[in-house]
Amino acid sequence: MDKLNKTVVIGVIGADVHAVGNKIIDYALTNAGFNVVNIGVLSTQEDFINAAIETNADAILVSSLYGQGELDARGLREKCVEAGIGDILLYIGGNIVVGKQDWNVVEPKFLDMGYDRAFPPGTRIEDSINELKQDLGI
Amino acid sequence: MKCYLLVDFGSTNTKLTIVDIENEEIIATAKAITTIEDDIMRGFNEAYAQLEPVILENNIEFVEKIGCSSAAGGLKMIAIGLVPELTSEAARRASLGAGAKILNTYSYELAEADVEEMLAMKPEIILLCGGTDGGNKEVIINNAKVLAKFKITIPIIVACNKAAQPQVAEIFNKVGFDYYRCENVMPSINILNVDNVRDVIREVFMKNIVYAKGLDNAIKYVGDVLMPTPAAVLNAASLLAKGTDEEDGIGDLVVVDIGGATTDVHSLCDGYPTKGGITMKGLQEPFAKRSVEGDLGMRYSVLACYQAAGYRMFKKYYPNDISKDEVERQINLRHEDIKLVPINKEDKIFDATIAKICTELALNRHAGYIETSFSPFGSMYSQYGKDLTQIRYLVGTGGVLVFNDKPADILKAAKFDNEQPDLLKPMHPRYLLDKTYILSAMGLLATKLPNQALRIMKKYLIEIKEDNNEIKE
Ligand code: B12
Repeated sequence: MDKLNKTVVIGVIGADVHAVGNKIIDYALTNAGFNVVNIGVLSTQEDFINAAIETNADAILVSSLYGQGELDARGLREKCVEAGIGDILLYIGGNIVVGKQDWNVVEPKFLDMGYDRAFPPGTRIEDSINELKQDLGI
Repeated sequence: MKCYLLVDFGSTNTKLTIVDIENEEIIATAKAITTIEDDIMRGFNEAYAQLEPVILENNIEFVEKIGCSSAAGGLKMIAIGLVPELTSEAARRASLGAGAKILNTYSYELAEADVEEMLAMKPEIILLCGGTDGGNKEVIINNAKVLAKFKITIPIIVACNKAAQPQVAEIFNKVGFDYYRCENVMPSINILNVDNVRDVIREVFMKNIVYAKGLDNAIKYVGDVLMPTPAAVLNAASLLAKGTDEEDGIGDLVVVDIGGATTDVHSLCDGYPTKGGITMKGLQEPFAKRSVEGDLGMRYSVLACYQAAGYRMFKKYYPNDISKDEVERQINLRHEDIKLVPINKEDKIFDATIAKICTELALNRHAGYIETSFSPFGSMYSQYGKDLTQIRYLVGTGGVLVFNDKPADILKAAKFDNEQPDLLKPMHPRYLLDKTYILSAMGLLATKLPNQALRIMKKYLIEIKEDNNEIKE
């Protein structure tokens, strides 16, 4: 695969230990030519930001599987702004809210929090790669 | 008889050790106060004079002389990184592992005022880090430019993002800085790479710092002053734990070195989780990890030590009733007279109490810990730092242990505490005592004859047991 020269930080936020999807995302993005910085499960907002600063990342892909996404994800954009990486691309996906809720209600909540895109349950990472490339101008 | 002469120009004492390499024996040791103010060789000669009878009697011929030094305040360094928990911390760990004393650590974009502040502290080396390989360049290049505005004559070691190094080099070339490039101290997130930086620090120390510290005379006689003393201790401990091709080491261990000004802890182990269901987090730890507590010491920093501990903790370790006033009076006595030598039983008990506090607090800070995150679905466990619960040996060194009747009792303060189950301290260690002060000497010998150094340590570090003996008069 050709190198894209784009760095993305991935990880699972909060007290969430679902590790399988994270490994698959790592594999898929690496195969697609990204430099993947995987900070793994049980990651705090600060872990994401610190990793993005040191690696000069172009995007942060947050996963949340256990239903607490709304709580865990709130405030990340504001902290990015404080840390000097306010313009970084922010995505979130997984099972980001509890149970099956109307996506038309859920999505705007996360966009309001400052995420550039939020993905409904069942989105495969492969399907989001095109959007990622588009947003990064490749 | 063919012998090695090993010299430690320590912060207080210059210590000489004669080793018979054929029979793997310590023939003699001697010490005298380090004399850095005028001529370092005055202290050396004084100690050497004590050895002369032995040298004559045994017809000793020195096949090699090697030294280490922590004279004149040790190797003083400034660490610069990008994110405090990442490259700044990596820079700190690399410097500590090289035996340095860290004057201050800086993160993010340096301001001119920061550089003024750091230069006023009179560092001997600046370590410039930041960015993973291929990661952030902007901040590091900015920091190089800010440094370049000043007239800096001390060596600068560049261990940042390798993609930024050519530009940093260009900036430093223009202003004629004495700089050394090496591998990135954190090549990717949370991965620590200290070996190369440590070697370069040691090289710079040997080539430059030794002269700046007035040790030139020492080199004329001793030959090489190879490394800072703490690096020699870490080297010895590492050899003792891991062994060599020929000879087994004794396994995972922790060294506690209680001094007058600082308490050093060295741990030699991977420190991975020993229980299931725990996720490792944070920056990787080096196999050979050293931490230095500047506020924990027997004399020079005894006031700070008491402040950190408080009266309640003091009482926990003091065997009899003692009033707060009396504790504070005794603490002040030791602070005012840093040469105070315990003469009676009370003094010894008091010193042992301070030593226990130093040991407990230094281990609390060195050991890894478990952080519990509570979710509506139960608790999740992350481990930061090293799990020391299963290490096999706890090695004690430093005057207070050697001159106390119950050294194992002091070392016991390093143990796992059921009241603080999150702190991953040793649960069932055996205790070894560096009775003859050989650790730094063996760290030096290890650079030439590792097998001999290892066997000598095994022979001369004596096992001690927890017991109920009274401290004697
Ligand atoms: C295995 C599993 C576990 C294992 C995890 C083992 C491990 N260490 O990985 C264990 C038993 C530990 C577990 C525990 C829990 N689990 Co569970 N678990 C599952 C299960 C069955 C499979 C998860 C999995 O591996 N899927 C396969 C991977 C490949 O898919 P994925 O994780 O969804 O990831 C993909 C996509 O989501 C997407 N994606 C993920 N992140 C992102 C980000 C972006 C930006 C994008 C574009 C895409 C994307 O791409 C990934 C790769 O294709 C799911 C149910 C299910 N079938 O999904 C429940 C499930 C995720 N768990 C659930 C729950 C509730 C829990 C517990 C709270 C249960 C409890 N009451 O104790 C705990 C929480 C523990 C914790 N603190 O994290 C719920 C979550 C419900 C919700 N969100 O509303 C689920 C959905 C089950 C359910 N239907 O109720 N679980």
